[in-house]
Amino acid sequence: MNFSGLIHDFGPLTITGLAQGAIIALFALGYTLVYGVLRLINFAHSEVFLMGTYVCLLVWGLFGLDQNSATPSTIAVIGLLLLGMVVAIVASGATALAVELVAYRPLRKRNAPPLAFLITAIGASLFLSETVGVMTKRNITGVPPLIRPRDVFVIGNMHVTNLQILIIVLALVMMYVLDRFINRSRLGRGIRAVAQNPDSAALMGVNKSRVISLVFLLGGLMAGIAAVMYDLKIGVTRFDAGFLLGIEAFTAAVLGGIGNLRGALLGGLLLGVLQNYAAGLFGTQWLHAASFVLLVLILLVRPTGLLGESLGRARA
Amino acid sequence: MSEPHIQTPQELDDANARPVDRPAPTGGKMADTPPESHRDGEVLLEVDHVTLRFGGVVALNDVSFSLRKGEIFGLIGPNGAGKTTCFNAMTGVYRPTSGEIRFEGKSIVGRKKHEITRGGIARTFQNVRLFPEMTALENVMVGADAHHKTSVLGALFRGPRHWREERTGRERSLQLLRFVGIDKRAGEVSRNLSYGEQRRLEIARALATNPTLLCLDEPAAGFNPAEKEELLALIRRIRDTGVTVLLIEHDMRLVMGVTDRIVVLEFGKKIAEGTPAEVRDNPAVIAAYLGVPTDAA
Amino acid sequence: MSEASSSSEKKTWRSNGGTRGWFGRQPGWLRAVVLLVVAVLAYLLPYTAEVPLIGPQIVTQGIDWPSALFNMSYYVLLALGLNVVVGFAGLLDLGYVGFFAVGAYTVALLTSPDSLLHTKWAWAAAVPVALAIAMLSGLLLGWPTLRLRGDYLAIVTLGFAEIIRISATSSETLRGDRGFADIPHPPGSGSDGKPIFGVADATPYFWLGLSVIIVVIFAVRNLDRSRVGRSWLAIREDEEAAEIMGVRTIKFKLWAFAIGAFIGGLGGVMFAGEQGFMNSNSFVLQFSILVLAGVVMGGSGNVAGAILGGALISYIPDRLRGIEDPIFHTDLFGFRFAIFGLVIIAIMIFRPQGLIPSRRRAMELKDREREVAPIE
Repeated sequence: MNFSGLIHDFGPLTITGLAQGAIIALFALGYTLVYGVLRLINFAHSEVFLMGTYVCLLVWGLFGLDQNSATPSTIAVIGLLLLGMVVAIVASGATALAVELVAYRPLRKRNAPPLAFLITAIGASLFLSETVGVMTKRNITGVPPLIRPRDVFVIGNMHVTNLQILIIVLALVMMYVLDRFINRSRLGRGIRAVAQNPDSAALMGVNKSRVISLVFLLGGLMAGIAAVMYDLKIGVTRFDAGFLLGIEAFTAAVLGGIGNLRGALLGGLLLGVLQNYAAGLFGTQWLHAASFVLLVLILLVRPTGLLGESLGRARA
Repeated sequence: MSEPHIQTPQELDDANARPVDRPAPTGGKMADTPPESHRDGEVLLEVDHVTLRFGGVVALNDVSFSLRKGEIFGLIGPNGAGKTTCFNAMTGVYRPTSGEIRFEGKSIVGRKKHEITRGGIARTFQNVRLFPEMTALENVMVGADAHHKTSVLGALFRGPRHWREERTGRERSLQLLRFVGIDKRAGEVSRNLSYGEQRRLEIARALATNPTLLCLDEPAAGFNPAEKEELLALIRRIRDTGVTVLLIEHDMRLVMGVTDRIVVLEFGKKIAEGTPAEVRDNPAVIAAYLGVPTDAA
Repeated sequence: MSEASSSSEKKTWRSNGGTRGWFGRQPGWLRAVVLLVVAVLAYLLPYTAEVPLIGPQIVTQGIDWPSALFNMSYYVLLALGLNVVVGFAGLLDLGYVGFFAVGAYTVALLTSPDSLLHTKWAWAAAVPVALAIAMLSGLLLGWPTLRLRGDYLAIVTLGFAEIIRISATSSETLRGDRGFADIPHPPGSGSDGKPIFGVADATPYFWLGLSVIIVVIFAVRNLDRSRVGRSWLAIREDEEAAEIMGVRTIKFKLWAFAIGAFIGGLGGVMFAGEQGFMNSNSFVLQFSILVLAGVVMGGSGNVAGAILGGALISYIPDRLRGIEDPIFHTDLFGFRFAIFGLVIIAIMIFRPQGLIPSRRRAMELKDREREVAPIE
């Protein structure tokens, strides 16, 4: 165990962790929203994210950009970023909605047992990731370097880059917007009602199907933004990019309290940071294993998570 | 824990033949009197100053009472009084926040649910919880399995104990189905049984675990008067086989008609204890029920 | 083989269900004869190519037929094992390939000259150790997960398999994608002195696999028709009620994991013995899900369904080997995960009881459908 390394690199590991954690947090929102309303782990959410990563690359490719291109001008970058995000959001949202309509809704109509939903979710996840895999021949696809990381400020050996700040700020902003939406808007009230008591909500005139579709779309929206950030930060994507990150995002959602939006943020940031510390201590190959171990520990010790379940608190 | 009493077919038939209105075994004294020490009447279950809190809600507040062996004991009270909570505490589903529960002298607080069952306490549920896709016979056989000793390896290699226990388990289960009156439906999937049959099946399943104490949670809910009469008779038959019965019920006539002693709960506290006659005239009880002990179902 | 059953019970189960029902109504001796004939035909499968007209259509092109048969045999084993965990006990294990890996890796570690242990045992000597360790890993996985709810259990089991794979890839002892070579084959020589289990012909391996499958089938059936099977079913239907009726839920769930792990390990040791080589790429997560697809598609909760499902998830991709698709020019074999992912969705929607439903399952799902569906 490399304690001295951990202490020496504490700063850089923390900031990297926060940036990665921010991406994880956005990704985790999809899990937590769907779970809060449907009590279902949407395994296919990892592919919702994956679609976002690929589609925005496709669109940037239309402008002739690939991993070997030069960085365009600032105006162009801003335009491309916005475009990329819009496109990713549309792709991710559409994928999420498609999964809900094709895979889950028919099961709900048949009053299928809960195990059936899980199995279908897995099937959907496998189908989507493997289709992308076949189409890309399981190769990685590079990302055009739209943002060259530049230090904005330095504290000791901790270099804080423009990209990291962008990611963290964006995540916080989106979280705030979502929080306000859920807690203040009429649609958000509908979501909370269905999460807490679906039958009463229906009796009060809430259209359950529409709420469910909305929830999937919102999760997709967040995942799309996370996808673009992921592309920019990691620089490559691959057919299985959704899987590991998906597990980490789910771990983050559970850590913060499944169904709890702020919990997803807290869980994501915390997980990102802890993962990096673990990597610093044990070596980088254990970065992902750390999240699995953490997941098992949380589920055993405090399954309601740090902030407790919230969106659907009322149900047993 | 006492040895389970295996009912032979002869004993069960004898029990069926016995007259239904047999005098109550206990004297019906107040709870403060020390328990009688002859076999029928010795203390079987003691609830000792039990308090149960769920977060801020106090579901049971310093409740104490005891059950004597061989009696039919009623636990009544208005809705939300804590009856089912008390039940759940006694069968290991909930854990008391404080206080003790002793069965045959030994504490059962903190024991695992299946240990409590194997120790001699069986129960039915307020909303019937059968195994819906298993047949009636299979449901009862699960109960009978509780005392079986066949190990997984024994089942795997089909040892002699496996065959023996399968045979006796099946026979006993059929007997019990006959005892509660649904043996004609033994092969029917329990989901398809009528409501009344399902309730009786639950009782048969609980009896299959060879209990010393049988706890029935609102066994007459949803029954018409004729079915309630049959249930009364069944409960008496059960007691006549030597099983002590604890009963939660809303229907006053049923409770007054079949129980030897009653405890009344209100808002988690015990407000009365005694024979049906004593409880019926108790002003606190009348007040709790707003004065009308009628057919609440 | 049938137990003495009350006449009313026999009537209900055996009066419905097409071929199954008909089969169940036949006298015991006739059923035994039919099953014996089926078993003999199974042993004759390597000669399918000789069957006029349809034979050559059935056998695989892109891979030699005995190897395809051997592949089917260990997939069927895996499906049988997963069926115990998912189908009987109702525990959604998404990391089942982990047990397969444990079995195979233990054999590799003990027998391969590449191994750090330098023990260089014979294959047969390594097998019992590998199986014991596989069972142990089942218990190890089961113990912390048993109190978890179904969906959390699923994720944790997935994590378990991934941890094994990550360990295999990263650790020196398990040699990542360099893997282990020269794993010895099962013992035995023919009358001419040459080893039965050689490198050229997979037929003896298939026969070994088939024999193991038959033994496992008997074992699983015995368990199903005993207090163990009843307890598993009770746990699956209503775990809390089962425990209140005296069922030791923890014990039986652990046993389900252990037995499932044992069978998975069986698949692993045979895989190692046949291939002679393995590395961490053999145990990807998609593999676990593929086996789950097999169980679900074939019909969860019953042995015949598991066998059919296991055979199909191996046969169909192998049959498609050597054929390229027109768009991406990828060997169709590479589509197998995508295809079966889609199959899972389709089955869950259109035929959730699977191709060969267990009698209970079909009735359960039909009844659920008839119930008033929740307010939309």
